[in-house]
Amino acid sequence: MKNVLLAFVMLLVTVVTVAAQGKFYSKTAMVSFNASTPLEDIDAQTNTGTIVLDTETGKLESSVLVKAFQFKRALMQEHFNENYMESSKYPKAVFKGEITNLSEVNFKKDGDYKVKVKGTMEMHGVKKEIMTNGILNVAGKNLKVNADFIVACADYEIKIPSVVADKVAKEVKVTVNTALQALAGK
Amino acid sequence: MNKYLILITLFVVHLSAILAQDDLLSLLEEEETTEYAVAAFKTNRVVNGHSIENTAAGVMDVKISHRFSPISEGFYDIFGLDGATIRIGVDYGISDRLMIGLGRNSYEKTFDGFVKYKILRQSTGKKNMPLTLVYLADAQIVTLKFQNPERENFFSSRLFYTHQLLIGRKFSEGFSAQIMPTLVHRNLVPTEADKNDVISIGVAARQKISKRVAVTAEYYYVLPDQLGEDFHNSLSIGFDIETGGHVFQFHFSNSRFMTYKGFITETTDRWFYENDGENLLSGIRFGFNISRVFTIVKPKSLQ
Repeated sequence: MKNVLLAFVMLLVTVVTVAAQGKFYSKTAMVSFNASTPLEDIDAQTNTGTIVLDTETGKLESSVLVKAFQFKRALMQEHFNENYMESSKYPKAVFKGEITNLSEVNFKKDGDYKVKVKGTMEMHGVKKEIMTNGILNVAGKNLKVNADFIVACADYEIKIPSVVADKVAKEVKVTVNTALQALAGK
Repeated sequence: MNKYLILITLFVVHLSAILAQDDLLSLLEEEETTEYAVAAFKTNRVVNGHSIENTAAGVMDVKISHRFSPISEGFYDIFGLDGATIRIGVDYGISDRLMIGLGRNSYEKTFDGFVKYKILRQSTGKKNMPLTLVYLADAQIVTLKFQNPERENFFSSRLFYTHQLLIGRKFSEGFSAQIMPTLVHRNLVPTEADKNDVISIGVAARQKISKRVAVTAEYYYVLPDQLGEDFHNSLSIGFDIETGGHVFQFHFSNSRFMTYKGFITETTDRWFYENDGENLLSGIRFGFNISRVFTIVKPKSLQ
């Protein structure tokens, strides 16, 4: 009887652990970037970014299809994919990392929390360690993430030809903004 | 004993549930999307004729093109540059599949207008389509004064029509090719021996030699017994150079016309003259198209 009880408790723990592992996700994350210069407005966005946050471990992963970025100008979009990002060869930009100051976030108390994020960004076939600060908003059971960071084109071997060197920013500001929902199942 | 087994099993399940957190992104089911092949050619023309590309929705493409006299005319004519004919045209993308265009050619004071529709688009992923299929309907109006004003002339005599199917594929990042069955209808022809309907098969290809430079070639084969002996097939070889908002197309061709009825049915020069030693290449001309795009209507999602 004792053993059955123990087994039952353990099963319960398993179920609870899996269900309440505190994973949150979004498939509609707004990801935008701005590479504007005084000579040219270059900005694009997509709301098809995916992001998964594990609130227990602080692990954070995010991915976006490079081809999904929408530009105001079709030709710019074509050049972005063909000449700069080579999106047929490298279709995705992926970030895998974690929130390093997770202990400072109280998921039971509403409010904005400053979080530090550290991890590896992979795009254009190049992996690079990055660090950034973001805001994690807790409102009841809902979470929101908002972060921006700078990407240097040279770090990812994205070449800017000298003809347009004055028109395209060498450092690009990337913004990620999304509400997260609890990941059910699994 | 049995109970222990259950316990161990449960423990393993428990453990694996905790350990299986390695790849968070794999927890999300990825939706398959359709990826359309883009930029099989740098612009919507290969040289004289169309490519399988359209001008994007909401984008206006202003084209200024020149064709010159034969290079063999030498320095006296600056290698043909003195004998320029010009076409100024505007193309506009109504949707990603449908585009229209208008142009005016100095040669025979010809206006041309066309409608071009992408019936099939090459894609992979959710929808798989190996080819792009485009239909083009083009009309040309010659507004030159009638050569014989004393006889009864009809407006319809000024009209020429072209119907073309473009079947193409982007085989790799650098290489694209297309085949174009084409019908040119001429309302008025010089003699009874000349056919009103001229059928030709075009082939065209491009190979990138760098990210921004590509080599293009275009050849229109006119099926036999439709034109007189003086007329030849049009062959053009060119370079596409892309610089931000412009595409420069420089090319060499034995044809000096930028309208379908012109380069398919009226090309009188040849690339090679076998029996004419010193003027072996006397039919070749230089020409260029310059294309500049302007975004008129921004994509809906960004407004």
